[in-house]
Amino acid sequence: MSIRERLSGNEAAATAMKQINPDVVAAFPITPSTEIPQYFSTFVANGSVDTEFVAVESEHSAMSACIGAESAGARAMTATSANGLSLMWEMIYIASSLRLPIVLSLVNRAVSGPLNIHCDHSDAMGVRDSGWIMLFSENNQEAYDNLLMAHRIAENENVMLPLMVCQDGFITSHSIENIELEDDEKVKEFVGTYKPKHYLLNDKEPIAVGPLDLQGFLFEHKAQQAEAMKNAKEVILKVSEDFEKWTGRHYGLFEEYKLNDAEIAIVCMNSTAGTTKFVIDELRNKGIKAGLLKLRVYRPFPGKEIANALSHLKAIAVLDKADSLNAIGGALYSDVASSMYTENIHVPMVNYIYGIGGRDTKSTDIESVFTDLQEIVKTNKIENPYRYLGLRKEEK
Amino acid sequence: MAYNLKEIVANKPSRFTEGHRMCAGCGAPPIARMVLRALKEDDHAVIACATGCMEVSTFIYPYTAWTDSFIHTAFECAGATLAGAEAAYKSMKRQGKLPEDKNTKFIAFGGDGGTYDIGIQSLSGAMERGHDMVYVCYDNGAYMNTGIQRSSATPKFADTTTSPAGKVVPGKMQSRKDLTEIMASHHLPYVAQTIAVNNFKDLYEKSEKAIYTEGPCFLNVLSPCPRGWGYPTEMLMQINKLAIDTCYWPLYEVINGKYKISYKPAKKLPIEEFLKPQKRFKHLFKPGNEWMIEEFQKEVDKRWQELLDLEEISNKE
Repeated sequence: MSIRERLSGNEAAATAMKQINPDVVAAFPITPSTEIPQYFSTFVANGSVDTEFVAVESEHSAMSACIGAESAGARAMTATSANGLSLMWEMIYIASSLRLPIVLSLVNRAVSGPLNIHCDHSDAMGVRDSGWIMLFSENNQEAYDNLLMAHRIAENENVMLPLMVCQDGFITSHSIENIELEDDEKVKEFVGTYKPKHYLLNDKEPIAVGPLDLQGFLFEHKAQQAEAMKNAKEVILKVSEDFEKWTGRHYGLFEEYKLNDAEIAIVCMNSTAGTTKFVIDELRNKGIKAGLLKLRVYRPFPGKEIANALSHLKAIAVLDKADSLNAIGGALYSDVASSMYTENIHVPMVNYIYGIGGRDTKSTDIESVFTDLQEIVKTNKIENPYRYLGLRKEEK
Repeated sequence: MAYNLKEIVANKPSRFTEGHRMCAGCGAPPIARMVLRALKEDDHAVIACATGCMEVSTFIYPYTAWTDSFIHTAFECAGATLAGAEAAYKSMKRQGKLPEDKNTKFIAFGGDGGTYDIGIQSLSGAMERGHDMVYVCYDNGAYMNTGIQRSSATPKFADTTTSPAGKVVPGKMQSRKDLTEIMASHHLPYVAQTIAVNNFKDLYEKSEKAIYTEGPCFLNVLSPCPRGWGYPTEMLMQINKLAIDTCYWPLYEVINGKYKISYKPAKKLPIEEFLKPQKRFKHLFKPGNEWMIEEFQKEVDKRWQELLDLEEISNKE
């Protein structure tokens, strides 16, 4: 039976980590994820976990220590945000190339510069091609649930890739909402124990990890990583199915909200999906057929499934909470657009860059996107597909 | 039991195998071999290596020269990587996930680039946190792996590819960082400076102490590089001997804050003896550059005297 509680997103993540009880946690504080290692060190101080907590001197060392620990045969976890993830960047790639199922709780925040501590997705987008599985969470419940599923996915022998669970900084991480927690023992049972095939601490089979990998082999090793990422999709679905059997909470690759009969729709990730759902309900009352595709699994990118789910629409808006500064559009937009093209599905589509540096995205902003989509349907014209939402107009 | 090289070599097979691709006359392989020989035969080891000559020459996929478990991640984080492995050991051992009767020791190797410079933060963090590990710096005094660029361990006036001895600037213009002292300032249980010389007694015994002293320990080992220093490969052991006989590289230990100089040469040789066989100091011997040798000698004398003073002060009751 689930336990009803009220927790912030950070508390939810820390609670999941406590229940997972990893062997090693190595972390360095950074706003807005600081509370996660704080709560976790309280668990360590009170003896409620078996974890060795390594209070490292930087995020680079946090990921390095996680790599060392996971290679040694341990289950290792960490949490970070923004520049913390940027500082880890080198090690993020190394973690996935060494096929280490490390789990990271990413509380999304704008990457400098200039310095900003509020939410956008520029941190996550900076590592989107690093070979990590990336799950996004609309609220505290999803952040918690995604973390409970993380190890089963990452440690699957056909996957063996690191995984990050994203949630929006402050909006989710610091808002207290209702949540259903699962029983400690049941979590333990679901997550299971980690039994690595090869690990440094096995004195009966010493291994060497992290070679100089030259022209003769690196290509094949990268292709194996890519294959593992493809395999992850099926594993995510299977684990989500088992999770639903246990908790009754359903998870897929993405959530379709009133999308079936929709004519216009928004594609977005994390907390903005909540605002969008609210707006959709209002529009539906007015007879406007609006819908939402909320992406949960950003890596591996379920391009084919997304294209098919959007194929019946008359116009689509993809919302990117990070600008790619590439003069063509955000990363999520590019991924959706190329998936549609590959599937030979042609629906008018626009991209909105929004919420940068924590700029509030109100229901009226989302409403304006649906108004724009209606206009596109009516005129069949898209003058500029790469737009801003909530950008202050220059004052005259 | 008194140290006996013959017995050690006969009874303890090398845990660092032949077939690696390090240069002839390089100081690092004898260091790796001897440090690892100091392990008890029954003990397993997890070895971490910073990116550098040693790593890229000993673990080229699919071959490895390391018979113990080995991990390399990146240039600047051998300290943190090994700290993570050690934390895993502590955690798993405590939880009964590893056999009780088996010991694993943790040893990191890094060159001066990966240790004095880019890796100093990671090293300092790991040492301060008190992980039960040994960090061994093989100091060859420049970034040799990328082609002999100056490091903070490069001695003053040395000719490197980023501190070339030119018409206006005569080589590196800054003094060498004293990493051993920085590590001693971390108040570690055991810090030592050593070298592969004579019958390797100094290196072996200090390695053994570092490995079997509980807590974070640090060894700084001078490791000549024939390419970067410009000496004939067969001269390696002579160069090492000259480094200690001129007091360029004093051998000493800091045990719980107490300094102990391991070798005081009966006749301290002039620094020219150490500089002369090395091409990186060739320009010091040109007429008109005598001042450079004088300055070099002064610096060596000053540091040696400081060390003598530290020994005296730290051992006062």
